[in-house]
Amino acid sequence: MAVGIEKPSVGLSRVAISETHGENGIEKPSVGLSRVAISETHGENSPYFAGWKAYDENPYDEIMNPSGVIQMGLAENQVSFDLIEEYLRQLPETSFGGDHVSNFRENALFQDYHGLPSFRKALATFMEQIREGKAKFDPARVVLTAGATAANELLTFILADPGDALLIPTPYYPGFDRDLRWRTGVEIVPIHCNSSNNFQVTRQALEEAYNSAKAMNVRVRGVLITNPSNPLGATVQRQVLEDILDFVTKKNIHLVSDEIYSGSTFSSSDFVSVAEILEARDYKEAERVHIVYSLSKDLGLPGFRVGTIYSYNDKVVTTARRMSSFSLVSSQTQQLLATMLSDKKFTENYVRTNRERLRKRYDMIIEGLKKAGIQCLKGKAGLFCWMNLGPFMDKPTKESELALWSLIVHEAKLNISPGCSCHCSEPGWFRVCFANMSEQTLEVALKRIHDFVNKQR
Amino acid sequence: MRPLSRKATCNSHGQDSSYFLGWQEYEKRPYDAVRNPTGIIQMGLAENQLSFDLLESWLAANPDAASFKGNGESIFRELALFQDYHGLPAFKKALTEFMSEIRRNKVNFDPTNLVLTAGATSANETLIFCLAEEGEAFLLPTPYYPGFDRDLKWRTGAEIVPIECHSSNGFKITQAALDDAYEAAQKRNLRVKGVLITNPSNPLGTTLTREELNLLLNFVNAKDIHLISDEIYSGTVFNSPGFISVMEVVRDLKLENTDVWNQVHIVYSLSKDLGLPGFRVGAIYSNNDAVVSAATKMSSFGLISSQTQYLLSALLSDKNFTKNYIKENQRRLRRRQEMLVNGLRNVGIECLQSNAGLFCWVDMRHLMSSNTFEGEMELWKKILYDVRLNISAGGSCHCSEPGWFRVCFSNMTEDTLNLSMQRLKNFVNSMNSSSSQSHHQRMKNSRRRSLTKWVLRLSFSDREPEER
Repeated sequence: MAVGIEKPSVGLSRVAISETHGENGIEKPSVGLSRVAISETHGENSPYFAGWKAYDENPYDEIMNPSGVIQMGLAENQVSFDLIEEYLRQLPETSFGGDHVSNFRENALFQDYHGLPSFRKALATFMEQIREGKAKFDPARVVLTAGATAANELLTFILADPGDALLIPTPYYPGFDRDLRWRTGVEIVPIHCNSSNNFQVTRQALEEAYNSAKAMNVRVRGVLITNPSNPLGATVQRQVLEDILDFVTKKNIHLVSDEIYSGSTFSSSDFVSVAEILEARDYKEAERVHIVYSLSKDLGLPGFRVGTIYSYNDKVVTTARRMSSFSLVSSQTQQLLATMLSDKKFTENYVRTNRERLRKRYDMIIEGLKKAGIQCLKGKAGLFCWMNLGPFMDKPTKESELALWSLIVHEAKLNISPGCSCHCSEPGWFRVCFANMSEQTLEVALKRIHDFVNKQR
Repeated sequence: MRPLSRKATCNSHGQDSSYFLGWQEYEKRPYDAVRNPTGIIQMGLAENQLSFDLLESWLAANPDAASFKGNGESIFRELALFQDYHGLPAFKKALTEFMSEIRRNKVNFDPTNLVLTAGATSANETLIFCLAEEGEAFLLPTPYYPGFDRDLKWRTGAEIVPIECHSSNGFKITQAALDDAYEAAQKRNLRVKGVLITNPSNPLGTTLTREELNLLLNFVNAKDIHLISDEIYSGTVFNSPGFISVMEVVRDLKLENTDVWNQVHIVYSLSKDLGLPGFRVGAIYSNNDAVVSAATKMSSFGLISSQTQYLLSALLSDKNFTKNYIKENQRRLRRRQEMLVNGLRNVGIECLQSNAGLFCWVDMRHLMSSNTFEGEMELWKKILYDVRLNISAGGSCHCSEPGWFRVCFSNMTEDTLNLSMQRLKNFVNSMNSSSSQSHHQRMKNSRRRSLTKWVLRLSFSDREPEER
C-alpha cells in the first residue's frame, strides 16, 4: 500500500489504531480485527505479569538453580498427587473404563453436552462429600464445562447483557477481569472490603457497590463471590452468606458462588456452602443461585479442564448446557474421572488426607512468617495465605506496594501476588501460595523472606 | 423469575429447527438390528465410524499413551498440571505434521501459528470473536452446516449473509454470487468482515476447485476482508480431483508477502478424519500474529484436556500409523459412498457428484409433491415417519433450492446402509404405484401429519447436533 495514504480498512477501533502503529509513526492499517481481539481486557499486559516473567527467565530448582526465583504466585495443589497416582496404578486400565480398548469407540464418539451420566453423578456425589452431606446435589443440574474459567464466562453470558455489571467483593482473583468481562462486555463493580473486619462483605459495602453502579447508569445483574475466597484463603461466614442472599433477593438479581476451593478447607466444619443455606431456607429464591466448581484445585488437575455449573434455575441449566458446546470436557477425561470419583473409599480418603496436608502446609508458612514478624489473615482454606506487609511500607499507597513487591521479586527472588493485582483497596497485602512446591522449597522461601525482612529493618 | 440475558432467551442457539426434530424422533425409536429392526435409521449424523479398528489396534499396541506413561515413566503429574494455553508442544508438532500429510505435504504448517481449541465448534466461534462483532457479518456459501447459525452468531453478535449457490452449476461459488452477497449485506447495514467456506463442503461432500479458491482469494483481497477455511473434512477426500487447501493456493499465487497472507485462517479438527468428536480437539491456523495471539488467550475458555493432548500426540507422531490410516480411511469412505450412490441410483435418485465427506448431497426434487420448501418438508417427514430414515433437509442447511437432502453413510454398518437403501426402494416404488391414491387416503395422511407436528412441538425438548 502507498505510504501516507490511509487505506480504508475494516473497522479499527481507536485502541486498535494505537496498537498498530507501523514504522515512522505512520498508521499501518491492520486487517480489521474485532474490538474484543484488540482490547486489553484479557489483562495480560498488567504489571504483575512481570513477576511471572522473572520466574520464567530464572526458575528455582533445588539442584540446578538454587538461587532462582521461587514461584509463589501459582495457586496449584501439588500436595496430594501421590494419592491419585496410587489409585491410577491399581486400576486395571486407566482410561476408557472397564475393558480398555473395546469401550474406546463409544467414548470417542460421545459428545453429548449433557455429559457422561456416570461422571455427572460422580461429580455431584463428590460435591456432597466435600460438604459432608450438608447439602444435596442433583446430577441433572450439573452442567460440565472445560474448567471453571469457561463456567464463569458462560454464566456471565447467560445472566448479563453487554454493559451490565456483576458486583464482586475485593480483593478478587485477577483472572475474573478477563473471564467475566472480555468477550461478554459485562462490567465488574467492586464491593470494597478491608482488614477492619477481616475483609468480610458487609451489608453497607453491598449497598454502596450497588449504588455506585446505579450512579454510572449500569444495570447490576448479580453478585459473584468466591467461597472459600481467593486470594484471602478464608471462608465466607454463614451470616455474611445470609446477608448476601437477602441482598440479591431484595434487588432481584443473581448470586454466583464460585466454590472451586471448597475441598481445600483445612477442616470440613469451617466451610459453609451457599447450597446449605438454600436447603435451610427450603430452596426459596434458589432460582437466582448458581454454583461454580472445578477439579483444578481440590484434585490438582487443572490440565484436565473439568469445571461445572450447578444451577437451581432450570432455564439456566438448559441454556448453559447448550452453550457448553463451546467448551466441552473431553470424553476421555470424563470416563477416567467418573471411575475415580465413583470410588467412595478413594474420595473419602483423598478429601480427608488432602485437608490435613494443606493444613500442615498452612501452619508451616504461618509459623515461618510469624518468626519474620509478618502477620497473615487468619484463614482456614485455600492454597495460599493473605500476608500483611503494610508495616514494611513507608507509605500506605499502591506505588509503595508495587515498589516493595518489585524488591521481593528481584531481590528476595520470590514471585508473590501484590494485592493491587487483586483489586484490594487497602495497600500492603500480598497473596502467597504454599501448595505448589515441596516442603523443602517452602523452607527455602521462608528463609528468604526472613532475611529480606531483616534487611528492610 | 429474574430475567436472564438476551442471549439466554433468544433463539440463536438454533435448536428449534427441523434438523433437531429428526434427531429427537430418532432418539425415540432408534434402529437396532436385533432389538428394533423397524426403528429409525440415523442418517443425519456426520460421524466417521469406519476406521475405529485401526485406532483400537494402535491403542492395544501402545498402552502407555493412554496410561500417563512416557518412556515407561509416569508423567501423570506433569500432565495434570499442564494448562498452558500454548498447548503441549509435542501435540502441536504432531498435529501440524498430520495436517501437512493430509495435504500431501504441499503445505508446511508452523506449530507456533496453531491455536488449540476444544473442537472446531470452539475454533470457529473464537475466530469470529477475533474478527467480527455486532453489526458485522461473514458471508457463507449455501448450503452450509446448520450449526454455524449458532457457532458463529450466538454469543458473538455477528451475522451470516448467504452466498447463494445453485444446482445449475453444481453449487459452485461464482463471482456474481459473491458480489450479490456483499451487496445484500450492505443493504442490511452490515459491514462485511470476511467469507467463511467449508472445504471440503458440508453438506455437499465436494472439494472446492482451484478456480473457486482463486476467486475467493481475489475477492477477499479486493474487499480487504478475511477468509476462514474450515477444513475439518480435509482427511476425508477419497477421490479426484483431490483436496486443495486455501493455504496451498496462497502459496501457489505467491501471496506470502501481501496483505492476504494475514487474512487467511484455517480451522481443523480430529472429529471427522479420526472419528474422535468426544475428545474435543480443534485448531485454528493463521499467519496473522495478532489473530494467533488473541485466539490463544481466548482458548482459555476451551482448552483441550492435557490427557487427550498427550494420547493424540503419541498417536499422530507415529508416522507409520498416520500414513496407513489416512489411506485406508479414505479407501473405506470411497467404498461406502459408492454403495450409497449406487443404491440411490437404483431407485432413480441421483446425488451431486462428490469426492469427500461423510455424506452425499441427494437430489429428491422429483419426489416432492410441489417444488417448494413446504414440499420438501412434507417429503422429509414422509422419509422420517414412513421410510424411517432420519436425513437432513436442505432447507435446514439454508439451501436456496428445495428438494436436496444430506444423507450420511459412514455412521452405520454396511448392513444398515443396505437396509436403508432397501427401505427407500420400497418407498419410491410405492410412490410410483400409488400416484392414484384416493383422495380420502391423502386427507387421512395429511391430518395425521398435522397432528404429529402439533404433538412434536409440545413435546420438544432440547437436542443438539453436536456433529455436523
